[in-house]
Parts: sequence; structure tokens; C-alpha cells
Amino acid sequence: MSAVATRRANGQHTSMFLRMLMRAAILRRGRAASALLAMVVAAAAATAMLNLYVDVQAKLRKEFRNYGANVVVVGKDGAALPQAALSTVDAALGGRGLAVPFAYVVARTSDGQSVVVSGTDFGQVRKLDSWWSVTGWPQASRDALVGKRAAAVVNPQAKPFDLSFQGRTLHLNPAGTLSTGAAEDSRIYISLQDFENWTGVQPSTVEIAASGSPDEVNAVISRLTEALPQAEVRPVRQIMEGEARVLGKTRATLLASASLIILTAALCVLSTLMGWVLDRRRDFAIMKALGASERLISSFFAAEAGALGVIGAVVGFVIGVAVAAWIGRVNFHAPVVPRFNVLPWIVAGSVAVALISAVLPMSLLRRVQPAVILRGE
Amino acid sequence: MFFRLVYESFRRQKRRKALAGVAITLGVAVATAMIAVATDVGDKISRELRSYGANLVVTPQEDTLDLQIDGVDLKPPSDGAYLNEADLPKIRGTFWHHNIVGFAPMLPVKVSANGQSLTLLGTYFSKKLTFGKEEFVTGVRITHPWWKVQGAWPDDESQDVLLGESLAAKLALKPGDEIQIGSRPHRVSGILSTGGPEENEVVAPLGLAQQILGKPGTVRRLYVSALTKPEDALARRDPKTMNAELFDRWYCSPYVESIAYQLQEAIPNSHAEQIRQVAQNEGTVLARIKGLMLLLTLAALLASALAVSAAMATAIFERRGEVGLMKALGGGNASIAALFFVEAMLLALIGGLVGFAGGAVLARQIGRSIFAAQITIDPVLLPVILALAVIVTFAGSALAIRRAVKFDPVYALRGEG
Repeated sequence: MSAVATRRANGQHTSMFLRMLMRAAILRRGRAASALLAMVVAAAAATAMLNLYVDVQAKLRKEFRNYGANVVVVGKDGAALPQAALSTVDAALGGRGLAVPFAYVVARTSDGQSVVVSGTDFGQVRKLDSWWSVTGWPQASRDALVGKRAAAVVNPQAKPFDLSFQGRTLHLNPAGTLSTGAAEDSRIYISLQDFENWTGVQPSTVEIAASGSPDEVNAVISRLTEALPQAEVRPVRQIMEGEARVLGKTRATLLASASLIILTAALCVLSTLMGWVLDRRRDFAIMKALGASERLISSFFAAEAGALGVIGAVVGFVIGVAVAAWIGRVNFHAPVVPRFNVLPWIVAGSVAVALISAVLPMSLLRRVQPAVILRGE
Repeated sequence: MFFRLVYESFRRQKRRKALAGVAITLGVAVATAMIAVATDVGDKISRELRSYGANLVVTPQEDTLDLQIDGVDLKPPSDGAYLNEADLPKIRGTFWHHNIVGFAPMLPVKVSANGQSLTLLGTYFSKKLTFGKEEFVTGVRITHPWWKVQGAWPDDESQDVLLGESLAAKLALKPGDEIQIGSRPHRVSGILSTGGPEENEVVAPLGLAQQILGKPGTVRRLYVSALTKPEDALARRDPKTMNAELFDRWYCSPYVESIAYQLQEAIPNSHAEQIRQVAQNEGTVLARIKGLMLLLTLAALLASALAVSAAMATAIFERRGEVGLMKALGGGNASIAALFFVEAMLLALIGGLVGFAGGAVLARQIGRSIFAAQITIDPVLLPVILALAVIVTFAGSALAIRRAVKFDPVYALRGEG
């Protein structure tokens, strides 16, 4: 019999507890809504910041790959690379990067001037060296891309011209002019197939843009060194160090801003919720006067704060993901992928802040006699 | 009476006022810091991007074609024209000289060292130069920050040299050893690692290279590292087709093209060109980072505005009893609303001032710890921030005040609702 009584008492207890929670939320809609709003704003800000912080690195790395190759493979002492070098490099990259072969010879023009001619894969170069300013890319066989300074020497009138290498002559049509401000300006680029048919020389250099973090790039370098013992594999320090530096500073700035924003949002939640709980000291006093235990009252307020924290966190997470996606679209022209693994952290953080802001005023109120509060003093 | 009400309200409700005030102060501080960082971040990142090295190269106008494969120069040493070393300090006299971070001349010479045929590259390491009365330091240590030396950098006036890493390994030399260049011994002060063709070369002070070549005061190429503004439509136009007014605007903007034009003016018989790999990408990276910070600042402003609004609404909502009492004593809706608005404005101004100062300190800390440089805050920002704080506080209060004033005083005084 006593078991039934206990169960009934517990049952009623639970339903009364839930009813109090529900009524408190419904009767004081305005206050509950403003507390919830603060919670949602804080959770949304935290979600957006965490999502961005994780994703911005990848987004910026992609931008930095526009600087071109970060790894170079060259044959030792200027020797040609083995036939299968390019496929070896592609295999080592595993699809996460771009590899472009270059072959070089010094040829002579019809009036005896020396000029460097390079054979390459134009489709790949276009992707790797996006800064090349080109008036027209070669399409057909025997089309040439002529460097700006080479053009002034080789074919000032942009007419077809002849080049000779070891007695063999090649007739070329200039398809466009290339301008980079560096050594490329003095060279003539033709397709690798034309180049090999003409000179029989194999590529001596492969320029590689390996994507990923410094660790991943270093892994690619060590894989390549192992796979190509007859070649020299070296990182382009200029590109890798510049990237690391700028990325590091940007991330630090982002982290500082993110922690500032999250901190403010959390403190505002704290102040709003504390106001809310203090505002309800009359409820607190009535409950106490009616004989509720301190533990019951504490757990009531804690449950309320917890519910607020969870709801605020989930709504805020959705909004935060949307904000991060919007920032990604506007700034990087690629959406920021939502990271659901930050959700538990957001929920935990929100509930923690909510609990702190409920418990702090509780300890203040506990010392006060219910009669004093009910008299309105 | 009105002012006494305001005064007493602040005196007696210190806790509530403090809570709302703290929210406003924090919101304003974060907004100030974010605006300051966002407006300055472009400048700071642009300086960091200079770690990619020179973005301009100056060559002699009448130069012959380069015959360079993988950094190895195949041109006969007698070939080609030179720049005059004495013209270099004139770079400090150009319009945008403050934007020129540094420059480094290069003079490659073919030498035989320890029985091998090698390239010796003459340059400035960190050379002291004077232009007019101004003294400054420039060289590869500024323009090529990724060059690392194991040992010591040679003095620019000395006869010491650096050896590229691969070359040093091949010759089995280490810092402090001597190397025979031509007929004279030179001390190796350090081993140079660059990740580029210099690893197979000897790098020496410019004076030494000129002495070996037998052409004092000459320079082959000049690398210039300059802070530039991202390219836009005006930058790409040909200066020859512009009218006078447009040309002035182009000339007085730090575009990489206009700086190149000014370098050509400063150094006779020269041709200056942007290094597109560095110059073009700088703009996109900079635009992305600046855009990101701008959007973040917007988000921060929005979040702090909402937070301040929520805090104000709470603060006013708590005072329904007071409103009821004032109304029962015959206070008009307008005068009660005015009372709340004046209180809100006072809070906003005080919180705004404190927050602005706090934000300035925060921005300085961020600048110092991340970029090791000051982030300056424009004093013009203060009235803007204060106005923003007042507007946001008003907006946050308005709805709560409306509801408080409309509430029936009887219910309010009974403590219901």
C-alpha cells in the first residue's frame, strides 16, 4: 500500500512540477520570450563563430592556392625526369592538387637569337598559374604562347615564325602573348606533344600545387621523395611561409573577435536571466511559504533554466548555421558546411550559462525570509 | 521634479541600472573593438602579405632576353644592360615612398670557386643608405623574408659570402670556412636556405660582385616590395589615354601600376613591371580577409544590439509597479515615457563612453598581440558609436516602454501580469 502511495505522490509531484514549468512560461510570455531571445542570439553567435573558425582555414587555403605551385620536382642536375614521373606525382597527390610538367630547351630564332622554349600542358597551367595574363590561349597543334619580352625579339609583327633546335626547325603560329613580370616573359610556350616531337626532350620539372594543411603538404613531399629517388623534391618556401604567416594572423584575429562576441553574448544572457529570476522572487516566496523544500525550488528553477538553455541552443544553432552559410556565400562564393559536431558544445555552453544565471540569484534569495519578499520589500 | 525622479531612480536602483549599464558597455566595447580591427585589418594583412616577397621588378630598358631555366642563367656574362646603383636611393623620393617596404638589387656574376663554375649573386643584405638627410636600411632581409641563414649574415661592406645550402653540401663547407673565388679567398659567414635556385649559388655583398665583374656601380635587376591597393578598373587603364584629372587620381593611388610608373620615373633608363604572381593574388586574398572581417563586424554589431535591447527591455519590464504608481498619481503617458527615455539615454551615453574606452584598449591589445603593431582608433568614431548606442538603447526600450505605459495601473500595483 505504501508503495502505491509513494508512486501516486511521485506521479502527482511530477505532473505538478511540469505544470508549474509550463504555466510559468505561458503566463509570463514576454519575460520568457526576451530571455529566450538573448539565449538564441548568444547560441547563434557562438555557432556562427565556431563554424566560420573551422571552415575559414580551408576556404582561405583555397585562395592561397592561387599563388601557384608550393612544391617543385626537378631532375637532379638538370636531367630529365623519368617517363612515368607525372603519373607517379598524380598518384602521390591522390587527386588533392594539381601537377603540371615543364620541359625546357634553348632554341634559336631564324636570325640566330637564343630563346628559351618550354613545353607544357596548357589546360593545367591555366588552372595552376591563374595570374598569367594571356591574350589568347593556344588551341591547335603548333600554336605558341609567346612571352611579352620574347615577342619583341621573335615576332614583333605577330606573324608565324620558325625556331630551330639541333638542326630541326619548327614552324609556329603565335596564339597569344603572355605577361607575368617574371622569367616567363622571356620564354615561348608550346604544347608538350609538339615539344617532344620536335626536340625529343622529356620534362625536367613538375610544378605541384598540393592542397591541404602544412602537414598534408609535407606528407606529399615525403611520399614524392620516396617515389622519385632520381629527382629533387623541394617545397617553395616563399609560398608556404607566406601562406602560413597570413593564415596564422587571420585565424588569430578571427579567434579574438569570435571570443569577444561569444563572451558579450554570454554575459548578456547572464544579466537577462538573472533579472528574470530575481523578478520572480514572489513566486519563490509563495512556494517556500506553502512548504516547498529548498531542493524542490532549486530544481524547479534549474529545470526552467535548462529547458531555456536547450531550446535557445537548438534554435540558435539553426540560425547560426544560416549566418555562417551566408557569410561563406557572400565572401568566399562557397557555402560553409554546417558542422553538427559543434551542436553538443553549444547546448552544453548554453545550459551552463543558463544554470549559472539561475543559481546565482537563488543563493541570494535563499537568505531572505519569504515574509519580507511577500510584503514587497 | 522630472530631474529629481531621474536622479532618484539612478540613486535607488543601482543594481538594475548597473545590469543594463554593463550590457550597454559590453556591447559598445565589442562594437568599437570590432570596427577598429576591421578597418585596420586590411592594412595589417597587407603588411603580412609582403612576406610573399617583392611585387615589383625593375630591369634595364634595353635588356636582352633572359635565358633562364629553373633559375640557372645561361646568358653569356657580357650580355645585357645594367642599372646604375647610384640611382637606387632615389626610390625614397617617389610619391609613394612610404608604401615601399624595401628593395634589393641583384647582380649575378659567373665565377669559378674551388674549381667549379658557379653563379655569384651580389645583393644588399641590410644596407644603410641615405637619401637627402633621410637614412634608411634595405635589402633582402626585408624583401625576401623566407631566406634563412645558418650562421651569420655578412656585412654589406665586407668581402664575406653566403653559400646556398645544396652548394655548401656539395663543397662540404660550413660557416667560418674559406672559399676560393677567382684568385682570392673569402670567408663563408653563413649557409643560406631559400627553397629556390639561390641554394646552388654564392650570395655576396653587391660591392664584391661588382668588383669581380669589373663594373663598379652596376645592378642587373632590382626587386621592390611595396604596399599596394587592390587593382580596380582605373588601375588597369593605360595612363597614356587618361585626361589630366584622371591621371592625377591614378598617379596618387598606390596601385601596383602607378608605383611601377613612378619607379620608372625615378630610375633612368629602367623598365618596372609588377610580378603578377605576387601582385595579383595579393588583391584577392586581401579582399577575402577584409570582407570576412566586415561581415563579422556586422554580425557583432547585430548581436550586441540585440543583447542591449534585451537588457533594456528587462530593465523596464521590472518597473511596472512604478509606472502604475505614477499613473495612479496622475502622470501622463508622455511624461512617463519621457522619463524612461531620458534614463535610457543617460545609460547609453555613460555606457557608450566607458565602452568606447574599453573597446579602444581591446583593439590595442589585439593589434599588439597578433600583429605586433598599433591599431589606431579614429576619434571620429566616438560620436558615431555614441549615436549608435543611443539609437539601439532607444529601440530596445521603445516596445517595453509602450507596454509598460499601456498596462492598467490597478493590475500593475497588485503585482499581477
